[in-house]
Amino acid sequence: MNAAQRAVPTRVQRAWDVLAGVLDPEVPALSLCDLGIVRDVREDGEALEVVLTPTYSGCPATEVIERSVAEAVEGAGLGPVRLKLQRAPAWTTDWISEDGRRKLREYGIAPPGHLAAGAAAPIRLVPRRIAPVACPRCGSTHTEQLSAFGATACKSLHRCLDCREPFEHFKPI
Amino acid sequence: MQASISLQRDARQQYLLRIGDTCLILAQRLGEWTGHAPVLEEDIALANMALDLLGQARAVLTLAGAPQGLDEDQIAFLREERDYFNPTLVELPNGEGRPGDFALTVLRNAFVSTQLKLLWQRLLDSSDEELAAIAAKAVKEARYHQQHAADWVLRLGDGTQESNRRMQAALDKLWPYVAELFAQDEVDEAAAESGLGPRWAELRQEWLSEIGPLLQAATLAQPADRPFLSTGRRGVHSEHMGYILAEMQHLQRAFPGGAW
Repeated sequence: MNAAQRAVPTRVQRAWDVLAGVLDPEVPALSLCDLGIVRDVREDGEALEVVLTPTYSGCPATEVIERSVAEAVEGAGLGPVRLKLQRAPAWTTDWISEDGRRKLREYGIAPPGHLAAGAAAPIRLVPRRIAPVACPRCGSTHTEQLSAFGATACKSLHRCLDCREPFEHFKPI
Repeated sequence: MQASISLQRDARQQYLLRIGDTCLILAQRLGEWTGHAPVLEEDIALANMALDLLGQARAVLTLAGAPQGLDEDQIAFLREERDYFNPTLVELPNGEGRPGDFALTVLRNAFVSTQLKLLWQRLLDSSDEELAAIAAKAVKEARYHQQHAADWVLRLGDGTQESNRRMQAALDKLWPYVAELFAQDEVDEAAAESGLGPRWAELRQEWLSEIGPLLQAATLAQPADRPFLSTGRRGVHSEHMGYILAEMQHLQRAFPGGAW
């Protein structure tokens, strides 16, 4: 293989580039790759197989996401596409890239904290203290939760007690 | 009108449907609150939880129908009442009239989300890989639902005299239906033997160790256990089940295969 041939991106690489531009329909600040929803892209004979994982069991955007992935990859002439939904391992907000977290903050959504160690810790029903979330605008942790659920399954609603701005928080799961 | 499907009714399918139908029927009940909750935040919360439960139901019903070549919609909409295997607790109305009683709704959510959380935790080790994968996602959602419900039970139970009175009334009404969550039978036995999942009876101790302190902190009096045992998990339902199914099924029955 000579240098000129190496410089040509493979079909799989081109598909990744295309997918990096496909935005999540409910959090359009992030691409599906930033969110960690695209798990794998591989060639399988004629077809290009794209492996996706759902975020929440009932996320209503799942079907839209599947459609936009197929349209984007086929629209770039890389089809035919075969979509594979893979449930295990379960999606976690830890898969959101650092770049994705920065984009969330800029968009006004407090990014999720890292789970890693605390994930399997037993939860206390009483008494329970909700850990404060840093305001994405002024950075203050002097904030309060307004609602455990937000406009989409993945977010909760908060208010900054310093700059007084309401904001959303991407819940860590 | 679209004809009903009949199930093969083997133990594996029935065990899966007990889980899937618990999620499906509670999702339907929570959905009744949409547009009617006491405050906007709770309207959103109940709708969000209904959506999570519906997503879990879809996954489990798909799994339960696959060996018979039935898809999630056929399984959800075309069964007769006796072929639904949710515990009676989840089919009870939200309360008198519509949309019903908020105290009863959040207390039931606390009971069911605790049960489901414990169940999903155990199902992580299921011999069925797909069920284990569904559980890995669902357990995180159930944990969050449990926290939300527990916050409300505490707030209303240990709230004003009136909120305490209503929460205690809800507890007295729902408690007799809790026993069924831990009833033993041959379906659970077969699941435990094959490694599909635990006997629900095995979850009782842990369930009580989470719910007991919650009721106590909420200054609620735990009612005495009575011999009454509801039988929804065996397919024999309360008088409320027919109405909820009529509402859920009529569109699919009137327009077979309808989709949007």
